[in-house]
Amino acid sequence: MTKKTHRLSDELQKHGISRRSFLKFCTAMASAMALPPMAANVMAETLEKVQRQSVIWLSFQECTGCTESLTRSHKPSIESLIFDFISLDYHHTLQAASGDAAELAREQAMHAHKGKYILIVDGSIPTKDDGVYSTIAGMTNLDMLKEVAKDAAAIVSIGTCAAYGGLPKAAPNPTGAQSVSEIIKDKPIINIPGCPPIPVVMTGVLAHVLTLGIPELDSHGRPVAFYGDSIHDRCYRRPFYDQGLFAKSFDDDGARKGWCLYEVGCKGPVTHNACATLKWNNGTSFPIQSGHGCIGCSEPDFWDAGGFYKALSTSNAEPGHWAGVALGAGAVVGAAAALANRHSHKQAESDKTEITLDDMKESDA
Amino acid sequence: MNEVELLNWARGPGLVGASFIMVFGIILRLFEIFSLGKAKEYAEVRSSGAMGGIKTIIQRSIPEPRYWRYIGAAYLFHVGLFVVIFFFMPHILMFESVLGFSWPALPNFIIDIFSVLTIGGMIYTLMSRFTNPSRRIMTVFSDYLVWAVTFLPVITGYMTFHRFVGDYTCMLAIHILSVELLMIVLPFSKLSHSFSFAISRWYTGSAFGKRGTL
Ligand code: SF4
Repeated sequence: MTKKTHRLSDELQKHGISRRSFLKFCTAMASAMALPPMAANVMAETLEKVQRQSVIWLSFQECTGCTESLTRSHKPSIESLIFDFISLDYHHTLQAASGDAAELAREQAMHAHKGKYILIVDGSIPTKDDGVYSTIAGMTNLDMLKEVAKDAAAIVSIGTCAAYGGLPKAAPNPTGAQSVSEIIKDKPIINIPGCPPIPVVMTGVLAHVLTLGIPELDSHGRPVAFYGDSIHDRCYRRPFYDQGLFAKSFDDDGARKGWCLYEVGCKGPVTHNACATLKWNNGTSFPIQSGHGCIGCSEPDFWDAGGFYKALSTSNAEPGHWAGVALGAGAVVGAAAALANRHSHKQAESDKTEITLDDMKESDA
Repeated sequence: MNEVELLNWARGPGLVGASFIMVFGIILRLFEIFSLGKAKEYAEVRSSGAMGGIKTIIQRSIPEPRYWRYIGAAYLFHVGLFVVIFFFMPHILMFESVLGFSWPALPNFIIDIFSVLTIGGMIYTLMSRFTNPSRRIMTVFSDYLVWAVTFLPVITGYMTFHRFVGDYTCMLAIHILSVELLMIVLPFSKLSHSFSFAISRWYTGSAFGKRGTL
């Protein structure tokens, strides 16, 4: 908080990172986000000059997985330096202060950087019963979000819970959990969904916000650079999908041969994320590569989208059961209708009267 | 409602509702048809109706060479529909989840070819309803309606598969919804021929047979 004059260039030098590898990082970030080559230079220059950005990180109904993803999956790298560089003024898991001192730090940061700080949120916000289901220092998450969001320059919702409600919002949603964007309507909000999000996506988006401002977002508020393609679009198993070669279980011949996982429930076709290209654990692998279908964790309401192991083209309800009921109901109603028809048929038969030629002559007259 | 919710609805309550209405409707219609009974034969029955019935079912399935282009197109899209509906792997998975058994799928490129043939055949038959004077006179509004209701799932399925427009999730949801519309309309429109054609041909054929006109 006190190192306000520090520049990233100083930090880099302190950590023994050469300008060359810093530029390499900027180029990697720029290319990961499909920015034009020039953007890397702009990014590097801006990052070197920019002042430490005050960040307040609020954790609500969450599992800390997002923070774990961000802090643990990388060995100290330039990405993590971005976090050395920003001034993380308030973060439950990472800050040393606790209790009143911690809350004081938050208030000080809000005051000192009014209108300029970036608010990062992970976790959803319980809204039922005035939000009593999650409180920090006696304050509900709902109140804290509103209070801190008021003077923020922008909000970054990290993880599917903050972005779309996530697991706490899954049916029957006992706490009335909502996403940040359902509550805050008057601030720019960037969603970085994922359960958890890919670390380099988080750092990449933050680097973008610090240097080039808010990146281009899709209709779900996600940076297009990272969430523009579906997993299926970029999946290395795609040729098997196109040829109709599918694993039928997790240990059959198809699975061993690395065939497409559609039949065992892969949600790659409807999931937008960068797992297939950036991968996890420093680019080592991603779920599909390790033999498990994509569960669709960066999409809204993915918990309620039916079973993870049910093929995407099958129903997430029980249409077979209801078709059976319909069969019975149709038979009963049909039989009743048939009986009624028969009856009116017979009635018509018995109502028939013989008409003679004379009758007709009479009616003609 | 976003596209994910739309897809969830289509795969869940939407599909349940549509399946219910379709099965209910088909059973109801079958009862209706069979309860009509047979017309009384006033003349002496000349031969068994069974032969006549079978013969007509087969005979009327054989294309009439005089109208080879129109009938060919119609055939093409019926066969195409059959192949695409029943031999595309994601569709088979759907049937398997409801019926409990499955059958082998065809590779995607074959399905792709049949989709194009189906689309072409359907467009040709529609055009011919506009251009051919006698066909135009015979066509009523509901014919265009059932054409559209059948065409929608095909074209949206094709577009979803090839990711032609916009968002895959959204397209998939629209595709499933269009299938549900078809399922709902099917028992109560001319599309009911899909389950009643054999019955009606049998009925006509056996009547002809009994009267010895076949
Ligand atoms: S494994 Fe999943 S994402 Fe990859 S091709 Fe198959 S369905 Fe698509």
